[in-house]
Amino acid sequence: MNNRAAALYTALALVYAFLYLPIVLLVIYSFNASRLVTVWGGFSTKWYGELMHDHQVLDAAWLSIKIALMNATLATLLGTLAAVVLVRFQRFPGRALFTGMVSAPLVMPEIITGLALLLLFVGMEHLIGWPDGRSMTTIVIAHVTFSLSFVTVVVRSRLSQMDRSLEEAAMDLGARPLTVFLRITLPIIAPSLVAGWLLAFTLSVDDVVISAFVSGPGSTPLPIVIFSKVRLGVSPEINALATIVVALVGVAIAIAGRVMMRNERASGG
Amino acid sequence: MADNAVKRNAPTPWTDGASAPLIHFEGISKRFGDFVAVDHVDLAIYPGEFFSLLGASGCGKTTLLRMLAGFETPTGGRILIDGVDMTGIPPYERPVNMMFQSYALFPHMSVEDNIAFGLKQDGLAKAVIRDKVARSLDLVQMSRFAGRKPHQLSGGQRQRVALARCLAKEPKVVLLDEPLAALDKKLREQTQLELVNIQDRVGITFVMVTHDQGEAMTMSSRIGLMNAGRIEQVGSPVEIYEYPGSRFVADFIGAANMFEGTVKGGGGRLAIACPELAHDLEVAHADPLPAGSAVTVMVRPEKMMISRDKPEAGLNWAEGVVADIAYLGDVSIYHVRLTSGRKVQALQTNLRHTEEQRLTWDDAVHLSWHPANALVLTR
Amino acid sequence: MKAVSGRAGRFLVGLAPYAWLVLFFLIPFLIVFKISLSEARMGIPPYMPLVEWADGAVAQWHISLAGYGALFSDDLYALAYLSSLRLAAIATIGCLLLGYPAAYAIARSPGHVRQPLLMLVALPFWTSFLIRVYAWIGILKNEGLLNMALQALGIIDEPLQILETDWAVSIGMIYSYLPFMILPLYATLEKMDLSLLEAAADLGCKPFKAFLAVTLPLSMPGIIAGSMLVFIPAVGEFVIPDLLGGPDTLMIGKVLWAEFFDNRDWPAASAVAVAMLVVLVVPIMAFQHFETKRAEREG
Repeated sequence: MNNRAAALYTALALVYAFLYLPIVLLVIYSFNASRLVTVWGGFSTKWYGELMHDHQVLDAAWLSIKIALMNATLATLLGTLAAVVLVRFQRFPGRALFTGMVSAPLVMPEIITGLALLLLFVGMEHLIGWPDGRSMTTIVIAHVTFSLSFVTVVVRSRLSQMDRSLEEAAMDLGARPLTVFLRITLPIIAPSLVAGWLLAFTLSVDDVVISAFVSGPGSTPLPIVIFSKVRLGVSPEINALATIVVALVGVAIAIAGRVMMRNERASGG
Repeated sequence: MADNAVKRNAPTPWTDGASAPLIHFEGISKRFGDFVAVDHVDLAIYPGEFFSLLGASGCGKTTLLRMLAGFETPTGGRILIDGVDMTGIPPYERPVNMMFQSYALFPHMSVEDNIAFGLKQDGLAKAVIRDKVARSLDLVQMSRFAGRKPHQLSGGQRQRVALARCLAKEPKVVLLDEPLAALDKKLREQTQLELVNIQDRVGITFVMVTHDQGEAMTMSSRIGLMNAGRIEQVGSPVEIYEYPGSRFVADFIGAANMFEGTVKGGGGRLAIACPELAHDLEVAHADPLPAGSAVTVMVRPEKMMISRDKPEAGLNWAEGVVADIAYLGDVSIYHVRLTSGRKVQALQTNLRHTEEQRLTWDDAVHLSWHPANALVLTR
Repeated sequence: MKAVSGRAGRFLVGLAPYAWLVLFFLIPFLIVFKISLSEARMGIPPYMPLVEWADGAVAQWHISLAGYGALFSDDLYALAYLSSLRLAAIATIGCLLLGYPAAYAIARSPGHVRQPLLMLVALPFWTSFLIRVYAWIGILKNEGLLNMALQALGIIDEPLQILETDWAVSIGMIYSYLPFMILPLYATLEKMDLSLLEAAADLGCKPFKAFLAVTLPLSMPGIIAGSMLVFIPAVGEFVIPDLLGGPDTLMIGKVLWAEFFDNRDWPAASAVAVAMLVVLVVPIMAFQHFETKRAEREG
């Protein structure tokens, strides 16, 4: 390894340290007996105990999971359809508008999307009486709207890399278009659907800004609860929550990584 | 040998005048926007043939094949298979199966499931499917690999599975899109003959698209040479090589020395004056041509004899010096510069290990060829 | 394609996502625009309709530019815009400076470690963004870990005020958006043909010059895509300046939030949103243009 390579890998190591140090510190201090972040008061799991009795946090977490499940499923469905449209239908009226609408949410500041959706819901309620106030429904609709774009990006890239002759071969062997889609296309792009679903799920459980606009008093998802707690200052309970999230994500990623690796090998890349 | 040599061969379905074609292209055209990919093609392919569509990339051969499979809709004309008009019939209802250039094996299915896929679409009984899959695998000698996934196979093995998948449904026609392009040279040559033998055994009509003339010559009963969306010539490999119908065909297949000239007269044997050659040529030609007609005389390099000595009488000949030599081991190609400055290729088989009198650069040589071994082209 | 699936089938496949996006993405923006022109009022909803049909036939228009008026009369807004653009630019440059060497190192590392290294970049994204930003409070505050470490090393005597300054906001944004810079950069660097560098070296070009003359121009698509992915959302960022910034940290996202939730002035909040969109429309269009071109190349 020459000097240049050594410098590069040092830079890389620093970047990883930058990315992971805050997370590691959160985990360590979640076991701190002291309430003060900077003082180590001995090992303790008491913040986990407190967290387990915090009904506000637990209810919010459950609501967030329900929302994320619905969002991920709906966003994957719509996002996949959008990807099929973009890759397979080369010309149709309004294609430019459609392309724009699919990719804009990727970069649109959340605060604008949140405000716009809230104004829509208020206006619709005024006009047709639905949706009745802000609820889980409005949160799911809002989340699907921005996360379907991310699903589309993931699925679209896989779909456009897929060898078209596989579908032609299936058709040539007597399979009708629907059979071709279900037996050939879908299994081949399945890894991207799983990735898209996980992405949509994560975006949903993590979202603060859009949820702040479209959630109501009776439906407060977890990020909003954390946000209001954090705004009041550092709280060790949040450290414990963060540690649990990191642990869950770690396990999920390990499993997903293994499954993906097997799939990649099975489909030859 | 005369130019009607082929007619003396045994009758074939395409010459006996009694057989009905299995596939009939009637004035087929295909446009993509302003681009004409296929231009009014009329073509008949007969049962049991191994027919090759040969041409450079972009000549329309693949489009023609894809129209036959039903992946492209013709913008004009119609295609009949076994007398049935295929217009409006989707790919999944046509009695043809295609072997793709990429093989298009389903990556998520085992070899067995790949082959069974088409049979399942027909709703056959499980036992029947198992039986047919086994027979197809046996045909291509892949029975040992039934449980493997495509990515666990070598290129040659994938190619066999793709073929087995086509054959399993026992279609009326098997379409092959550059079936050997992905294989390396040695394996390709070996597979060429194997494919022909399998076709012979199953008796199914094969239509193949290829850009490789050696492949087309080795495998085909007949070749359709395509150029710019049209069929230039249809014929057996011998006809196409020995009796090309046009300058394009002569130039495309193999190497050719071509001389522009003017007919001076004669019947059966034409006397032709070529400005690039010192002497008038004599060329066998059955159809009379009026004196003064502009023609091209074509001589294949292997039909030109090269030597330091003056050739015997009755042969066409020319003088020149050796300008370049391409030594290929089995043969050598001599590039000879004639007195007029024109360069001509002559091919000689290297019969002995060492040749004392081997020609070398700047040797003065004589080229000679028999009047029957040249061809007069009017197109 | 026509032979493959009927027009009706195609129509139905496209209809669902199309209709969804028109209803929940396009129309809401039109409503934002509409309300930005309305008069504020006390009540529910807290704005006047644009048109009222008095006596059944006579239309009464209530178009107000009050929402926009404030944008120009109160220089708070102008300052917030400039400050947002400045902080977003700092975040973009910071991400580029940190992300480029990292992406380069990953792209040039042996094939079998690339995917794991890349995974490590993307991994933090899967844990909560909010919690990761929150972690920086504990690090940056006066009695936080960074100040403690610097003091212990004897570099400083008094704690530095980092939290509640633009410094903290910049660090937080670079930290949060870094993966969005590294991933597209990696994608272009990884695809680069290394024999180009060998050719440059062979023609007498020194490594650093070869980098400037060959690698950098060829990685431009990745630089542009990454910069857009960082800059555009950073301009409208709210959570990071709210948690890490102080009372003087001005960002347009914070202003919009305050107008909407604290002042309940919907027309003003909408006007701020419209103005933000106007600023961002050029980079957003550019981003879409590049994305479409990239997708077409891939397809």
